[in-house]
Amino acid sequence: MVAQLDTVDSPERRKLLGIWETAPGLYGWLASVDHKTIGIRYLCTAFFFLVIGGIEALVMRAQLAQPDLKLLSPDAYNQLFSMHGTTMMFLYALPMLSGFSNYLWPLMLGSRDMAFPRLNALSYWVFLLAGVFLYVSFPMGQAPNGGWFAYVPNTNLQYDPGINMDVFSLGLIFLGISTVVGSANFIVTLLRCRAPGMSVNRLPIIVWGTFTASAANLLAVPAVSLACAMLWLDRRYGTHFFDVPGGGQPLLWQHLFWIFGHPWVYALVLPAMGIVSDALPVFCRRPLVGYTLVAISTVATMILGFGVWVHHMFATGLPVMSLSFFSAASFVIAVPSAVAVFCWIATIWTGKLQFKTPFLFFAGFVMLFVIGGVSGFMTASVALDWQLTDSYFVVAHLHYVLLGINVFPVIGGIYFWFPKMTGRMLDERLGRWTFWTMFVGFNVAFFPMHITGLMGMPRRVYTYPAEMGVGWLNLISSLGALIFAVGVLLFLVNIVKGLRSGEPAGNNPWDAPTLEWSTTSPPPVYNFATIPQVASRHPLWESRLKESEERSVIGDKASDGMVLDKGKETIGVTPLDAEPNVVLKMPGDSILPFLLALGMAVLFFGLLSQAVWLMVTGVLCEIAILIVWLTPKPHPADEEVEVYE
Amino acid sequence: MKRLIAIGLTISLAGCSAPLSYLDATSPVGGSIASLGWGLTAISVGVCLIVGVLLLVAIWRGSPRGAATVVPVNDRAPIRWIGVGVAISTVFLLGSAIWTLVTVHSIAGSPRPAALSIDVIGQEWWWAVKYRSDDPSREFTTANQLVIPVDVPVQINLTSRDVIHSFWVPKLGGKMDMIPSRTNVTWLEADKIGDYRGQCSEFCGLQHANMAFNVRVMSQADFDAWRNQQLQPAASVAGDPRLRTFMVRCAACHTVRGTPAGGILGPDLSHFGSRETLAAGLLPNTPENLARWINNTQTIKPGAKMPELHMLASETADVTGYLEDLK
Repeated sequence: MVAQLDTVDSPERRKLLGIWETAPGLYGWLASVDHKTIGIRYLCTAFFFLVIGGIEALVMRAQLAQPDLKLLSPDAYNQLFSMHGTTMMFLYALPMLSGFSNYLWPLMLGSRDMAFPRLNALSYWVFLLAGVFLYVSFPMGQAPNGGWFAYVPNTNLQYDPGINMDVFSLGLIFLGISTVVGSANFIVTLLRCRAPGMSVNRLPIIVWGTFTASAANLLAVPAVSLACAMLWLDRRYGTHFFDVPGGGQPLLWQHLFWIFGHPWVYALVLPAMGIVSDALPVFCRRPLVGYTLVAISTVATMILGFGVWVHHMFATGLPVMSLSFFSAASFVIAVPSAVAVFCWIATIWTGKLQFKTPFLFFAGFVMLFVIGGVSGFMTASVALDWQLTDSYFVVAHLHYVLLGINVFPVIGGIYFWFPKMTGRMLDERLGRWTFWTMFVGFNVAFFPMHITGLMGMPRRVYTYPAEMGVGWLNLISSLGALIFAVGVLLFLVNIVKGLRSGEPAGNNPWDAPTLEWSTTSPPPVYNFATIPQVASRHPLWESRLKESEERSVIGDKASDGMVLDKGKETIGVTPLDAEPNVVLKMPGDSILPFLLALGMAVLFFGLLSQAVWLMVTGVLCEIAILIVWLTPKPHPADEEVEVYE
Repeated sequence: MKRLIAIGLTISLAGCSAPLSYLDATSPVGGSIASLGWGLTAISVGVCLIVGVLLLVAIWRGSPRGAATVVPVNDRAPIRWIGVGVAISTVFLLGSAIWTLVTVHSIAGSPRPAALSIDVIGQEWWWAVKYRSDDPSREFTTANQLVIPVDVPVQINLTSRDVIHSFWVPKLGGKMDMIPSRTNVTWLEADKIGDYRGQCSEFCGLQHANMAFNVRVMSQADFDAWRNQQLQPAASVAGDPRLRTFMVRCAACHTVRGTPAGGILGPDLSHFGSRETLAAGLLPNTPENLARWINNTQTIKPGAKMPELHMLASETADVTGYLEDLK
């Protein structure tokens, strides 16, 4: 029942386009609330930060290539490693996944937009401005320099007197607003904005991943925002939360930070694992083995992820009994990961493979996931961790986890969905070169770090003596980092080439089963001419999989489904079974999100500079904009909300 | 991938001779952690190999032959195999958890009462070391070196004067953080006489990288002699003309017991001449290095709290000569 939509140009479609299209010009650019535009902005901005963070890493690798090099001063090195961590953790890893989810969710779920489109735009603008905020002191040589973990008292004013850590603490509070707003939007979108029939057992796994991560973010991000607020108050207003002479507790910071930090790490990988769970099976020409197992293990990982934060604090002198509990919990959390790994391998094992670039990235990911997983298993052991923690072994582990489970699926995911986003294919040959360069470079850079760590090299050192005997290993790592960078460069070349002269993609170049592939590439602004009706987990494969007699309906005619063309409308459904029960009126273009984010930036720059007039201006702007935003608009009589029975 | 791991393992075996490698430990604590380490490493490498092989076989099996059409699937068998895989993994995880907890229990406290109690106080970017005794006249302070007798448990009381540091002697045991306002207690016991390098392992600011110390393990008799000698006032005290220069240029921050020099900001320098290193493990303790350190502090260890003194040549000679004679 899937029509060839890319050729259709009907009066109905023209009407929908008129309703949904973003205004032209600069105003439209700033006021767009289209989830696809926002998603692509997220992807591009996050990738930009990945490149910045990568360049910082390359400079550090140059300094560490040999013992006793003096390329960087200790202060410059500390700023670089702090910004590298902050950038990758906060400005790349999660925003990148938010980009995928923003772009894909409504398309996968059969909706026309996210639940709160203006909130969606707000979350992007706040992310962008918070990123700028975090980098604003970089050119002045005053960038955050206490690590992305910012342990007190090293980051208290007494030991770190510049504005460095003010930028960090205020920047994270600022960025936290974006994360929380975005997460709330994802949760409501999942509960309400799906096509009829898209029940919870038919959701793509990336939806499970992002939903789980968003729920976790709502619980976790407030902890770090609070901790940062306390740090900033300690620094600038003389409170004593962490200030030792005033009776403050350094360990309080670590608890607050890691109660946030560990769930965050899972939030950075679960949606990426979802990318693999959804896209890998396409290249195996079969559905994912163990859909339910993978979905449950996603949720289980996140829940357990809230009970393991102390494994970052094994050496802080906590009682052995509590350490043992957290150590055991850290072993248990490997079980759901093992389930997922076996499911992916089984999918490949029973599949008929197509060795396209995305497949290479996903298969490589499985191996890196396992290597990062077993080194995590080693650090979960509290006794062994007393040796491993804060050594290069942990650097190796966390890069296998974060590059292996985030970057590789992300690059694979871009190869996979680029045709949908742009209507053009990426080059396959260049893609294979990209994969092998990145894969080899990655392993050459990070595998030796396990051994560097086992040989006793501590983390976060700007140099090391030759007698430590790790010079040659560091040299290998530095060369590997260079190779990896070449891989990223090849990827960028491929993107540019694809945009300029890529093969036309068509609606469904990979013959994939999910809803986003039923619409044109790139999709029209309203996504679907009629709201799809979903009858299975694989709407575009169901006639071949023959799992049931029911068939999804995706089409153009009014008989195919709801057209909803009396204004910007999409359908609202019941949370579990996806029974339609309300027509949702969606907001049009709005510059308010941009202005609200801008006002917030004014406020935060005011807080940073402690200029009262700037703070007051910021607050007044925010109040005014919120009044305009929240003022209800009168409904014309004919626009009463319809309720489906 | 397999090849990488194999190479990695070989290298890590070779790496055991490195000064900080803890897989080749020489203490009961270090030893039981090292066996746990080898055990978990073996499991980890095994898992990587098995998954690597499974993945390769899966890819080889699924290599394209003929049309790649989507057909109905029945996943009962693969899901049963997943169950088997998860069950095996769970058994290994459980075993490792138990092994870990048993190890932790056995090394958390010393089996015998400690024969010696030493306070180590971390500060930016060096270590103050205080030998405790029931008899206050037998207590003394030194810096950046820990001398302990072989084969007896030594209690180490850890704290910090400023930011968080972490005490780590890889060959003798795991890390323990030094947190201001708290005292963390750990213990060391060395099986073999020799020198072991220790290193700060919690990021603590500009010179985190150069915050090291030396642990010298001696026979009980040598240790007693060393301790008695440390308790003596410094050798060349009385009427040494060089002391005058030291008093003017150094005594505001440094102590030399038995002289009026009583500064407490920098390391205690009594018996400085008997130490192996200077500047917290950064340089071998030679007169040339000492002279270089005094006049180029901020080049050698940028950010160090000791100011660059730019002494006259005669002053430098006085101070280095004086300090190196404090055996």
